[in-house]
Parts: sequence; C-alpha cells; structure tokens
Amino acid sequence: MNLPIYMDNASTTRTDPRVIEAMLPYFTEIYGNSASRNHAFGWAAEKGVELAREQAASLIGAGPKEIVWTSGATESNNLAIKGAAQMYAKAPMGETGRGHIVTCIIEHKAVLDPCKRLEREGFDVTWLDPGADGIVTAEMVAGALREDTILVSIMWANNEIGTINDIPGIGAVCRERGVVFHTDATQWVGKMPTDVEKDNVDLLSWSGHKIYGPGGVGALYVRRRRPRVRLQAQIDGGGHERGMRSGTLNVPGIVGFGAACAICSEEMETERERLLALRLKLENELKSRMDVVEVNGHADRRLPHLTNISFGFVEGESLMMGIKDIACSSGSACTSASLEPSYVLKGLGLGDELAHSSLRLSLGRWSTEEEVDFAIDAIHKAVEHLRALSPLYDLHNEGVDITKIEWQTH
Amino acid sequence: MAYSEKVIDHYQNPRNVGAFGSSSEVKDRKDVGVGIVGAPECGDVMQLQIKVDDDGKIEDAKFKCFGCGSAIASSSLATEWIKGKSVDEALEIKNTKIVEELALPPVKIHCSVLAEDSIRTAIEDYKKKNGQVVESAADHDHSHAH
Repeated sequence: MNLPIYMDNASTTRTDPRVIEAMLPYFTEIYGNSASRNHAFGWAAEKGVELAREQAASLIGAGPKEIVWTSGATESNNLAIKGAAQMYAKAPMGETGRGHIVTCIIEHKAVLDPCKRLEREGFDVTWLDPGADGIVTAEMVAGALREDTILVSIMWANNEIGTINDIPGIGAVCRERGVVFHTDATQWVGKMPTDVEKDNVDLLSWSGHKIYGPGGVGALYVRRRRPRVRLQAQIDGGGHERGMRSGTLNVPGIVGFGAACAICSEEMETERERLLALRLKLENELKSRMDVVEVNGHADRRLPHLTNISFGFVEGESLMMGIKDIACSSGSACTSASLEPSYVLKGLGLGDELAHSSLRLSLGRWSTEEEVDFAIDAIHKAVEHLRALSPLYDLHNEGVDITKIEWQTH
Repeated sequence: MAYSEKVIDHYQNPRNVGAFGSSSEVKDRKDVGVGIVGAPECGDVMQLQIKVDDDGKIEDAKFKCFGCGSAIASSSLATEWIKGKSVDEALEIKNTKIVEELALPPVKIHCSVLAEDSIRTAIEDYKKKNGQVVESAADHDHSHAH
C-alpha cells in the first residue's frame, strides 16, 4: 500500500490507463478536426467522436444523437438550465414573470448559481428543502409545480452526502405536467444503472473526470423524442453539436470520455457491490469504535462508494490534519472567509458544530480493503487525539448539552 | 492548506493540555481564572484556565481547544507564553505576535485573535473573583476577522 491513499473520488478520479491508451493516438496520429468533412484526417477524428457518442449514449440508455459534448458537468448544467429556461420562457426578455423553475437547496453550485442568475433575470425559482435525510421526493416536486413551471432541476445523487433522489418518480411527475426535467447526474452516472427512457429524464449532465475519464470533457443528454427538448445555445460560433454548443471538439478528450463510459458499462455491477461492502465496513467500524459518530443523509438511499461522517466535538479541518495520509474532504470551511460550514449539511438541518465535524470519504476503482483498514485506524487515532483536546467533548461527558450554552459568537 | 512547521508541532505535541478541574469545580476557585471563547458553530472554541499565585504571577496554564490546527497551535502557544508572567504582563500579548510566531496566513488570523481573547477573558475572570478592577473590553480595538 502506497501513502497517501486517495479517498476523494467524488472530487475527481484517476484516469483509467485503458482510457489513456484509447486517447493517445488522437493526439499524434488521428489529430484532424472532427468538423473537417473533406479529408481523411477529419473523417478519422469524426469516427472516434461518433464511437464515443455511442458509448456515452449506451451508458444512459439514450440515442447517440441525444448527446451534446461540453467541457464538463458545470457547462452541461449551465447549458441545460439556462438553455431550457430561455427557450421556454413565457414572456420576452426584460419582463418579469418569465416562468417558474424548481430546484433544491442542496444542489451543486453549478446548478444553484445558474438558477440564481435566472432569478435575477426575472424567472421565479422555488428552492426545495429536502429535510433531514437529504432526499427530494416526487411529492415534494409535485407540490411545487405551478401553471407557469417550465423547468425542474434535481440532482440524481448528492455530491457531499451521496443521497439518491427519486429521479424516476420526479421525472414521471414532470412528464405528466409537461415540464422539462433536468438532472445533474455527475455523481450517479457510471456508478449506478441509468436509463433515461425508464427514468423519465429530459436533460442529464455528467462529466468525464468523475468516471475515470479525462478532465475538461462532459456531456449533456438532450431528449429528441417524446418530447423533443430544445435549448438556446450558450456558446455561439461554428454551429457544432447541432447548433447547441459551438467550438471545435476536444477529440482526444471525447474519445477518452467514451472509453470511460464503456468500461463503466462493463464493470459497474461488480464494482458497485465491491465498493458498497468497503463503505459499509468503513462506516460500521468507525461507529463501533467511537461514540457520537453520525453518518449524514438517508441511512440506505445513498451511493455505494461515498460516505459523509460527523465525529462530534472534533473540528473537520484539524481532523484532516491528523489524517494527512488520507486524501478526503471536510464539511468544515474554516479556511473560507465566512467560516460557514457546508451548506449541504446545514441544509439537512445539521447543527453547525456537527457540520464542522464532518469528513467526506469517497472510494473508487483502485480503493482496497487494506486502504479502508488503514483509514479506519488513522481516523480513530486522530479523533481520539482531538477529543482529548476538545473542551466540547468534556462538556458532553459532564452531561452538558452544548447546544444549550450561550456561546460568545464572533 | 500548508501549515507551518510550528503549527504542526503544536498540533502533534500540544503543550499544557488539560484543566484544573471541570467548569463547576473551578467556578469558585479564586486562584483559577477561566476563559472560554468562540462558538461551536463558528468552528472554534478555546478554553484557557490560568492558575495564579499570591504574587499575581501565572504559575500554570492549561488549555483545551475545538478548532482547526491553527486554533490549536495558537492556544497551545498562548499557554507557553503566559506561564511565569504576571497577569498584567500576560495582557500585553498581542495576537499579531502569535501570527508572527506561527506564520499564520491571513485566513487564520482569527485563531490568534481568539487566543488573545481567551487570555484576556481568563485574566478578567481571575480579577473579578479577587475583587480587582477589570479593564473595559471596549479599550481593545483589535479587528475580528468574523
């Protein structure tokens, strides 16, 4: 086992060597512009792009013509949300009352911020609050829909806590009401079986670097039939990607994206079971060794490879310092100027002190049981070290409820 | 974020960890001053206890801290610096000196401010218990980072 060990696969993943192998010829041999229609270099590049389009489509049960290449999930989300809102806006530019959008407070910033921008531009946005388990249900969405609702955007799985929303149910509600439904599936696709037909999805974003593919390349699924979804382009130019996203295609990146999708299609079933067993071991072992250890979000409806755990009375950043051989993320944001902990954990109604005390550990294709065992020991040791220093742990052991103390906030 | 070697050293080997008793035990002890500053929702709470001898000298100091590595290091360093000083000398310790010693980056300056606050609060507690005049908090004009 090599140190440090990587447990931050929800941030990004190592590119699979098989993916890199597929990409390499497209830098040095097949280097044409895939839009060059009149020579062999262009044709060969286009062939690579179209194979990748089929591989990407096949992973989510779509048709190849429904895939639009982008630079990543952030761009896919921007194109889906702004593009659909502008296309289906009720009134012309400059007037208010342009239409209603439904999303959720614990979405990724790449969904929240486009929605906020649309709100400033005159759209009306409902921000659903998922409650303590972090799950957005079809009922919540149905309750928020209005006559003028034009778009619903709800993530498939949450990037910080791994909770899984009822996407097929939400999709069915939207379909019935004739509302376009977008899902940011960045943490879901490639890890879990996806079928845009059965799951009633109209627009779906995902990215290459979360599925062991290259960074800088993403895709947006845009439904073409029953119903056909149209988008206003956000980047104008040469009319690539059927006018929805101009710009010369990143051919090696796209080829890598396709190869990554193909590997996920092949290995997903065995891999998700393997990762679930590792994650359960990690959670159960930590909970059995220490008190006041809470796994955040719904107990079962979570991604197999991701866990978000709060260790009471220990601050997340100092905990990360104590486990420097484990690369992971913290819900604490002590380094940011605001000192605000994770908005996702706060969105669950988690007390600030527990939000400051959380770690996100995300396993991946190269995670081993040996690494999980190492992580359990290292985290256990660091939490014990910090609890010996923690005035809050003393108060807890004296039977004092720290939420009842009047702290001198600063 | 990269921490300075001194911060890492205090984190790994914190000096003077502990307390002279639980909060209820030291509440009425005239020789002990207690300062608890910060709040869990802000991600840092520091508890400093000082034990003062008959001549007004801080003979011992103990701390506990819930917070990031810089907060732990700031409070650990504070205990080292105030031990052996008179209470009035200890009040002279400014957060900027802690920033300098630990090479804290700008986003961590509030940790040093909190350490300074904990020293002042503990000394005020000691002085109040012993019927001494407490300098008004308004005389302090350090800027809080948050």
